[in-house]
Amino acid sequence: MKTPLVPFVLLCMAFMAYTISIYQRPLRQPVPASEAGRIAQGRLVWQKYNCQSCHQLFGLGGYLGPDLTNLLSVPGKDANYLKAFVRSGIRQMPAFDIPEEELELLVDFLRAADRSGKASPANFRIKSDGMIEAHE
Amino acid sequence: MNDPRPIAKPFLLTALVLLVLAALFGLLASFSYLFPEWGKQSFGFIRLRPMHATAALCWIFVGATGAVYSAIEHKFPGSLSRTLIRVQWALWIVALVGAFGCYSLGIFGGREYWEFPPVVALPIALSWLIMLVHFARVMRNRGSWPVYQWMWMTGIAFFLFTFIENYLWLFPYFRAELITDLTIQWKVNGSMVGAWNQMLYGTSIFLMVRISGNDQLAKSRMAFFLYFLGLFNLMFNWGHHIYTLPTDAYVKYFGYLVSMTEWFILLRMLYLWRSSLSDYRKHSFYFPYRFMIAAEVWLLLNLFQALLMSIPAINLYTHGTHVTVAHAMGTTIGINTMILFAAMFTFLEKDIPQRIFPLLSKTFFLMQGSLLLFWISLLAAGIARGQWQINANERSFAEMMQDLQPMFITLVASGTLLTAALMVFAGCLGWYARPGR
Repeated sequence: MKTPLVPFVLLCMAFMAYTISIYQRPLRQPVPASEAGRIAQGRLVWQKYNCQSCHQLFGLGGYLGPDLTNLLSVPGKDANYLKAFVRSGIRQMPAFDIPEEELELLVDFLRAADRSGKASPANFRIKSDGMIEAHE
Repeated sequence: MNDPRPIAKPFLLTALVLLVLAALFGLLASFSYLFPEWGKQSFGFIRLRPMHATAALCWIFVGATGAVYSAIEHKFPGSLSRTLIRVQWALWIVALVGAFGCYSLGIFGGREYWEFPPVVALPIALSWLIMLVHFARVMRNRGSWPVYQWMWMTGIAFFLFTFIENYLWLFPYFRAELITDLTIQWKVNGSMVGAWNQMLYGTSIFLMVRISGNDQLAKSRMAFFLYFLGLFNLMFNWGHHIYTLPTDAYVKYFGYLVSMTEWFILLRMLYLWRSSLSDYRKHSFYFPYRFMIAAEVWLLLNLFQALLMSIPAINLYTHGTHVTVAHAMGTTIGINTMILFAAMFTFLEKDIPQRIFPLLSKTFFLMQGSLLLFWISLLAAGIARGQWQINANERSFAEMMQDLQPMFITLVASGTLLTAALMVFAGCLGWYARPGR
């Protein structure tokens, strides 16, 4: 078999073009500058306290706790509810000693997650080609 | 020509230690499913899960590095630089001490599977860069490469690329837009799995060539066709992880279409199954071959599962459930670990006394049986959780988790047996191959 360099290079070029198109998504869907800073910092708080170990966003993350994408739009579950849970803990979840400023950033991050779409599978319908689509 | 040197032994032995740690941390973490309050303010799930995941992933990376270097040393004796290998290994040790030290102290900051602070990633990236340069130096001017050398090169290069891409979140441009951020995170995860699979499947083809003595296995048109199909999937099939994410539709459709090309691999495996079975009867006494066949059976099961999960209409019911965990465990233990054990036995077998082979033989079947039960209990838990997700408003999350207790009890029981079996193999290989023996 001859060295298959040409198909390898072509595939790599296609991969790079696809990668760049994904990197450009924030340019197509810009976040208002007034919010971007706090959301980006809130993401770091999410990581600093390792929330992802147990919780999910859009079904991606740990499996021990519930998905938190749309927590803040559930009736009766507002920012105060979230803060109380974080500070007190429940079942496997430890009580976190977390400063108020960081909690506010976390709330802003989860508000942005909530605004970005619905995560529950109950919110989707199956199309004829097998793809799924969120209800409007 | 020189004899092969045990030049990669530090990697193989470090990998075995990581396997033992991964199994122990995983077992301890699983206790949280049965005893919710267990150690939650100290060494609870929040620390044990990253320890388990990092140890498991590094068992694969460090083991794959050791296996590839050992294979190169067998094929081109004397060609590898002992200094570069030592530097690379030392960088891994620095990273591992940093990662586990941070986890022990409850210091996080990274992403899922890489929860340590980003600075700890630097020695890993540097170590991988050294491997890429080392590989390129050894392999240049070696004529036409067999397919496994292409696979090793692809795995090393794409691992480095995806590992760097894994840290794009350090730039607020990527982090502030959650959907892009999650899209890139799962692009990385999907492609990185493809990268390490290239290294491991390349190693398994190298071992098959060695066992059968048939060099054409690695030079045929079909071997290269399957390599390019794997590469195509490495690059583009990760979209099936994010069907429920409100990202661009073309990403989801492309992931869906590319994932479906893997049906070809599944059908080919089924077509060749009879001849694989007759080969197995001939070589089943030989541990590397036995592990290769186990890897093939697990590949068949997991590929079928992955193909079903890649259909969005089915993925809707399995996404975010333990079905995904079953797939992760089935592939990392069933496929990756079996290939690594096959490689370890090939390169370390001469150190192991024949008298312990009957014990290892029984343990081999204990490992396969307990893994099967482990996998099934995760699938069952995932299916039950998937049903709950579709009817999410009817019962609380805590009630649903309570309903899954029988599955979790089975999971912990089978996980305990699996841990014991993995530790017997890792312990025997590590003990008899230890330096200075």
